Amino acid sequence: MEQRGAMMAAAAPRARSLSALARQRLTRNRPALAALVTLVAVALACLAGPFLTGHAPERIYPDLVRMKPSLAAHPQPDTVRPAIERIAFRMRLAVEDYAISDGTVRLTLASPKPINERSLSYLPRSDLFGPARILERSADGRRLVVETRVQRLRFLLGTDVVGRDLLTRCLVAGRISLLIGLTATLVALLVGVGYGALSGMLGGVSDAIMMRVLDVLYALPFVFFVIVLLVFFRANLWLVLVAVAAVEWLDMARIVRTQTLALKGRDFVRAAQALGLTTGAILIRHIVPNTLGPIVVAATLLVPRVILLESFLSFLGLGVQEPATSWGVLIAEGSRALESAPWMLGAPAGFLVVSLIALNVLGDGLADALDPRLSEPR
Amino acid sequence: MIGYALRRLLQAIPTLFVVVTLSFFLMRLAPGGPFDLERPLPAAAMENLKRIYGLDQPLIVQYGRYLLSLMQGDLGPSFSFRDLTVNDLFARGLPVSATLGALALALALALGLALGTLAAFRRGRLADRLVGLGASLGLAVPTFVTAPLLQIVFGLSLGWLPVGGWDGGSPRNLVLPVLTLALPQVAAVARLTRSALNEVLAQPHIRTLRAMGQPPYRVALQALRGALLPVISTLGPVAAALLTGSVVVETIFGLPGIGRYFVDGALNRDYTLVMGTVVLVAVMVVVFNLLADLLAAIVDPRLRLGA
Repeated sequence: MEQRGAMMAAAAPRARSLSALARQRLTRNRPALAALVTLVAVALACLAGPFLTGHAPERIYPDLVRMKPSLAAHPQPDTVRPAIERIAFRMRLAVEDYAISDGTVRLTLASPKPINERSLSYLPRSDLFGPARILERSADGRRLVVETRVQRLRFLLGTDVVGRDLLTRCLVAGRISLLIGLTATLVALLVGVGYGALSGMLGGVSDAIMMRVLDVLYALPFVFFVIVLLVFFRANLWLVLVAVAAVEWLDMARIVRTQTLALKGRDFVRAAQALGLTTGAILIRHIVPNTLGPIVVAATLLVPRVILLESFLSFLGLGVQEPATSWGVLIAEGSRALESAPWMLGAPAGFLVVSLIALNVLGDGLADALDPRLSEPR
Repeated sequence: MIGYALRRLLQAIPTLFVVVTLSFFLMRLAPGGPFDLERPLPAAAMENLKRIYGLDQPLIVQYGRYLLSLMQGDLGPSFSFRDLTVNDLFARGLPVSATLGALALALALALGLALGTLAAFRRGRLADRLVGLGASLGLAVPTFVTAPLLQIVFGLSLGWLPVGGWDGGSPRNLVLPVLTLALPQVAAVARLTRSALNEVLAQPHIRTLRAMGQPPYRVALQALRGALLPVISTLGPVAAALLTGSVVVETIFGLPGIGRYFVDGALNRDYTLVMGTVVLVAVMVVVFNLLADLLAAIVDPRLRLGA
């Protein structure tokens, strides 16, 4: 008896909630999981990265313009000598002797006139060297032996045409791109869900009118409207956001309406109606939670579209404006400097494309996980 | 069918009305005017200019006049291209944009259908994975990244094709813009074809065909007929996307099409040019959606009854 009871307990399928099942399906979907990890990594990098790269996004290194992406520290050994000569020229001094050892440079500087020690500030000002220390000074003041530390600056993704660290800029730009992606999606989500659920719930003439309005809006060349809007009313971040959200809520409204129509006839909604709940209460308590699955999927797939639209507008110079920056802005800069510094296009485009692919894969994975019927047969 | 088409066109009128009204008032409410120059014009000259273009009238009168002339097919004089009407500009720009769009659409359909079919028939194998990878890449890489890359590879490094310009529409100048415009749509069509075909291929009538030992190409033809429907129903949005994409492509490649005129017009506050473009694009979107629906009804007879 006992043995049989134990066997039954082991064999009985454990009841699992829909969300638990969905989570299980998602964790089995390796590409979706990889996409999720990638996205979290990109988001974390954008949030924390700019503090860790050692460069401020607006910091300009005039002597390090258009550096190629590399792991090596700048200035590189073979460029130290020319850099010293260049700086000495600016100081109007001659380099008599030059020795580099273990990250420090020892220089013997000479001039026909006594040397003003203040001109040594040219060295740290170039970003390539640290402050100079005077080791020796000749009696007439025309020769100076100084020692200075060679800086070790790293630009993993290189620098742009004015000498800013590209990695830091990409990460800072990512914040704006992701922020716009998420916020505009959220706005589109709220408007779309509200509109769709209300339309489906009211039914009848109201539904017909609301859907007709949607049809009219669908046929509008929205992107053109957004461009007009942004050109005529000076572009700014919030206007971009509202404009993008205004374009993208339509699909959401359709999806939610269809779901609502299907749910409306179900018993639990009828029961709520019989209990005298208001339409609003039924919508919030019963309809919207039940449409959450398709909404989550649609929202996940909406984020990449919003980011793409924002970068499209920014590329045209209509989106995010300097000094703020987004991936679209950086791509526009990069495509202008493509011949001399191809990495300036490659780096932000890489960030953008990886994020978009990850979002799309995650969206598809969520669709499979939340509604196995919708996924293609395997 | 003809009645259905006419009814659909009638339904488009409110849409177009909203488009015209919204864009008209949106532009007029914005600060700045078409004759604002760096150095302001003398007041008298400004008055004269405004009178000639009818801008001295109350807004509602201007709106009424615009609607009236629009119904006669007159889009008005351009503000920034002096001595030219918007109709003149479109007569020049439309052939450029239409050539680009039509070629890109053809390429997207041909390549997309072929790749999607290949992926569906080689399901789970290398070809399928490659198409899937290519498609997600094609959807994620924006045209304004593809365009400069193509320019630098084929235009500057290899020197095979010109990096820009129209040159009377010579095929050499068309290759890169069309490719840029078509790539994301190729990806979209391929993905859609693949998933639609996968569904159709699992159906009994296809299994029957296979069991009867029909050669693969006949199975493919039969299956494609069923899978075509979802592809056709996206043709409207695809055409709209091509029109939008042409704004970027025409700007990057320096082509004198509608998209370029639109951007220039917006920057110059050329009210009539911007209005004209918006109306034109709206009409095209409506027409393409209608064509897509009619085509869908031809492919799937069940839709004719519902229409």
